Amino acid sequence: MSVGIVMLVHTALGRAEQVARHWSVAGCPLVIHADVSVPNKTYHAFQKSMSDLPNVRFSRRHRCEWGTWGLVAASQSASEMMLKEFPEVRHVYLTSGACLPLRPVQELLDYLAVRPLTDFIESATTADVPWTIGGLDAERFTLRFPFSWRKNRYLFDRYVALQRRIGMKRRIPNGIVPHMGSQWWCLTRQTLSAILSDPERGTYDRYFSKVWIPDESYFQTLARQYSHQIESRSLTLSKFGYQGKPHIFYDDHLQLLRRSDCFVARKIWPQASRLYDAFLTDEAGAMNRTEPNPAKIDRIFAKAVERRTRGRPGLYMQSRFPVESRENGLTSSKYSVFQGFSALFENFEPWLARATGARVHGHIFAPERAEFSDGEVVMNGALPDSAALRDYNPRAFLANLIWNTRGERQCFQFSPRDNQDINWDIAKDPNAQISVISGAWSVPLFKSNQDFADIRRDAALLQQIESKHLEILRSSWTKARVRIWTMAEFIEAPIEPLQTIIDDIAPHTTQRGLSEVPKMIDLTGFGQFLQNLKNQGMHPYLMGNFPVSHDLQDTRKNARKPYLVR
Amino acid sequence: MAYRLRWKRRRLLWRSFRKRRQLSAVIDRTAAIRPGAILAFSTVRNEAIRLPFFLDHHRKLGVDHFLIVDNDSTDGTREYLAKQSDVSLWRTPHSYRLSRFGVDWLTWLQMRHGHDHWCLTVDADEILIYPFHNTRPLSALTNWLDQQGKVSFGALMLDMYPKGRLSAQTYMAGDDPRQILQWFDSGNYLIQRHEVLNNLWIQGGPRARLFFDRNPVRAPTMGKVPLIKWNRRYAYVSSAHSALPRRLNHVYDTAGGEFASGILLHTKFLHMIAEKSEEEKQRREHFENSSLYEAYYDSLAGDPDLWCDRSTRYRGWRHLEALGLMSRGTWL
Repeated sequence: MSVGIVMLVHTALGRAEQVARHWSVAGCPLVIHADVSVPNKTYHAFQKSMSDLPNVRFSRRHRCEWGTWGLVAASQSASEMMLKEFPEVRHVYLTSGACLPLRPVQELLDYLAVRPLTDFIESATTADVPWTIGGLDAERFTLRFPFSWRKNRYLFDRYVALQRRIGMKRRIPNGIVPHMGSQWWCLTRQTLSAILSDPERGTYDRYFSKVWIPDESYFQTLARQYSHQIESRSLTLSKFGYQGKPHIFYDDHLQLLRRSDCFVARKIWPQASRLYDAFLTDEAGAMNRTEPNPAKIDRIFAKAVERRTRGRPGLYMQSRFPVESRENGLTSSKYSVFQGFSALFENFEPWLARATGARVHGHIFAPERAEFSDGEVVMNGALPDSAALRDYNPRAFLANLIWNTRGERQCFQFSPRDNQDINWDIAKDPNAQISVISGAWSVPLFKSNQDFADIRRDAALLQQIESKHLEILRSSWTKARVRIWTMAEFIEAPIEPLQTIIDDIAPHTTQRGLSEVPKMIDLTGFGQFLQNLKNQGMHPYLMGNFPVSHDLQDTRKNARKPYLVR
Repeated sequence: MAYRLRWKRRRLLWRSFRKRRQLSAVIDRTAAIRPGAILAFSTVRNEAIRLPFFLDHHRKLGVDHFLIVDNDSTDGTREYLAKQSDVSLWRTPHSYRLSRFGVDWLTWLQMRHGHDHWCLTVDADEILIYPFHNTRPLSALTNWLDQQGKVSFGALMLDMYPKGRLSAQTYMAGDDPRQILQWFDSGNYLIQRHEVLNNLWIQGGPRARLFFDRNPVRAPTMGKVPLIKWNRRYAYVSSAHSALPRRLNHVYDTAGGEFASGILLHTKFLHMIAEKSEEEKQRREHFENSSLYEAYYDSLAGDPDLWCDRSTRYRGWRHLEALGLMSRGTWL
């Protein structure tokens, strides 16, 4: 008993011959079908080159265009020839010229010998398969497809649309249930001959010749009628890429293919000499009785498809540039923005770095330069601190910073003095965690040595900028995690908000509470300062309510007794 | 808009057609080009020292024929190229700038010889790499692109530089320049989409970081579309940065995914740069408004150190891919 190989070839005949010899020498009879598109001269040379092999036949040639009936017709005539000419054949294995046996042929023979009645053909109903491309699944069997999808895409689409509109439906003959699956099967003589000599075959052939991609459904459907035992899987490792094009294996896939334990793989790049050399030297001794295991390769492919469709979030490059609505956020990982904290606390940045272990930058959108942590002038990825480069494309600057430091949490300070062009981008970024003490920009003014007229002017401007920013942060488009306190609220009870922020950044490090809190700037006289602004006709409101007198006592108390260990 | 661009393309083609007489063949071996061959196009001037490695590298990748325009070299470039059996060579004494930096000449050659071939347009100081480039030849890539229905392939131009002053290490013809130019900037590229041509306008790298940090608009463009399945009706607009029709520029995914893309390793910063910059500054042939770039040339002539402690050392394509500088897309 042996296995007969039906091989469909159309290009790279040299490789096809090499593989055919491999099968033939190992004792597998072959029937080769060459596409009509192979020029006669080439075909005859090909035939002649294999004339020394006694168990190779060539079947009648059909035109095999992808997705058409020709492929089925070719398989049919080659299979008929196989069954007739080689009576000792028990299993017929359908392969292509780009298939490569990965394991010694003897192992395949042994494997099939202990499963003499099993048909290996992937076969599932249309409702159950996820792999159909282009939305045609059940309709493959109920519409007509006289136009080539490859050559006449327009007519193909128009005719499908027309049939859909007028509700044209084909009747499926004899109540068969359409099944689909990989076109590379291995059937027993019993099943295959039953399909080929069925008295109803004319009906089925007529029906399937108008089905779309019949080579994925003809044998898959009819095998269900006759088989005693179907293993619904293909013995051929054949992967399909993102758009339903067969995946090609190259030299660098050698290890991957070795580990797959599959019997045959397609499709092999014709110039992949390393693969052909490695797998066509029959290691007779290396008996390997493991089951084929394409799952390993599947995982790698799933990952690749994900990379193709989702990409690496937060990465912008020459071949990935998502339009705004398609990217869920600007950046690759979480980061925190602090507004007002460094104005209110003397040593906020080093304190935050100690408390969270994150990298804490200064005002990276400051007008003079990007104040990276520890006074660095160039950050990871050679990102420079130049304000001009940053302001030229602030989105790219922020996305770069977060991408370049992936694996390390980034925190930075922000204030109404900084470049505000980035506000919407941060607000719409779900990776951003924004904490704002509104009105805290007034503290540096309060402490400054400017003329009061200038202070008043600056305060009005900054308040205007910040209130616009707060409007953005409170808008319904905002996806960032936003927390806003007025300054008055915050200094009333600063520990709790600080604790929540820290817990958000580093949930595991501070389970027992803060061991240290940053030192607040002395606010003695701040209430009076605000009152002075009011007296000058400006209305400072973002900092909340600071009564002139009460505030004095309050902050004095604070100054004497800074917040301490809890 | 589409209409205007169509006329622009026709104008560019006409312009190259008119410039065809500026080229005189030194040696024309284009009869040896077989259908399906992969071609490389380049304009060179005094590149004798870079060419041996340049030709060797791209030959190994699987470029079948080089079509090169020599713009008045004086260092033996022409003699060297004429001796190579897979090079067809033309020469011209005319202005590089007025030929849109060599593009007009190359467009004419592409029109004549590039039709229906995959064409790689690179300068002599650029080295193309792409995912799996050391195990899969260019024909594997172009074949896969054909299968995907793609007609163009994008690349980032990556400025490579040494550690220390540029003149400190001397490059010898034929050496792999990556042995000296081991460093690059991995994450400071600023990308915007060109509204009209739809190409990505990428700027960044060490030159933007050091020489254009006050005037970023002028920073050199780093995105290219160097590999195109050519049609005689196509035309590059500015160098190989963008092409018409504009669908050729669509080498990136806008829906969040990643297309396959490569990198052009830019080997400009070898020891000859100081001398060359001085010459380029005098010739005023390399920029439209050359006077705006005088400071840039002066900086380069001053033999600077481009290295910083955040520079990244070159470790091969897998590293570049992990950094997000290129991608294999679904080409696994």
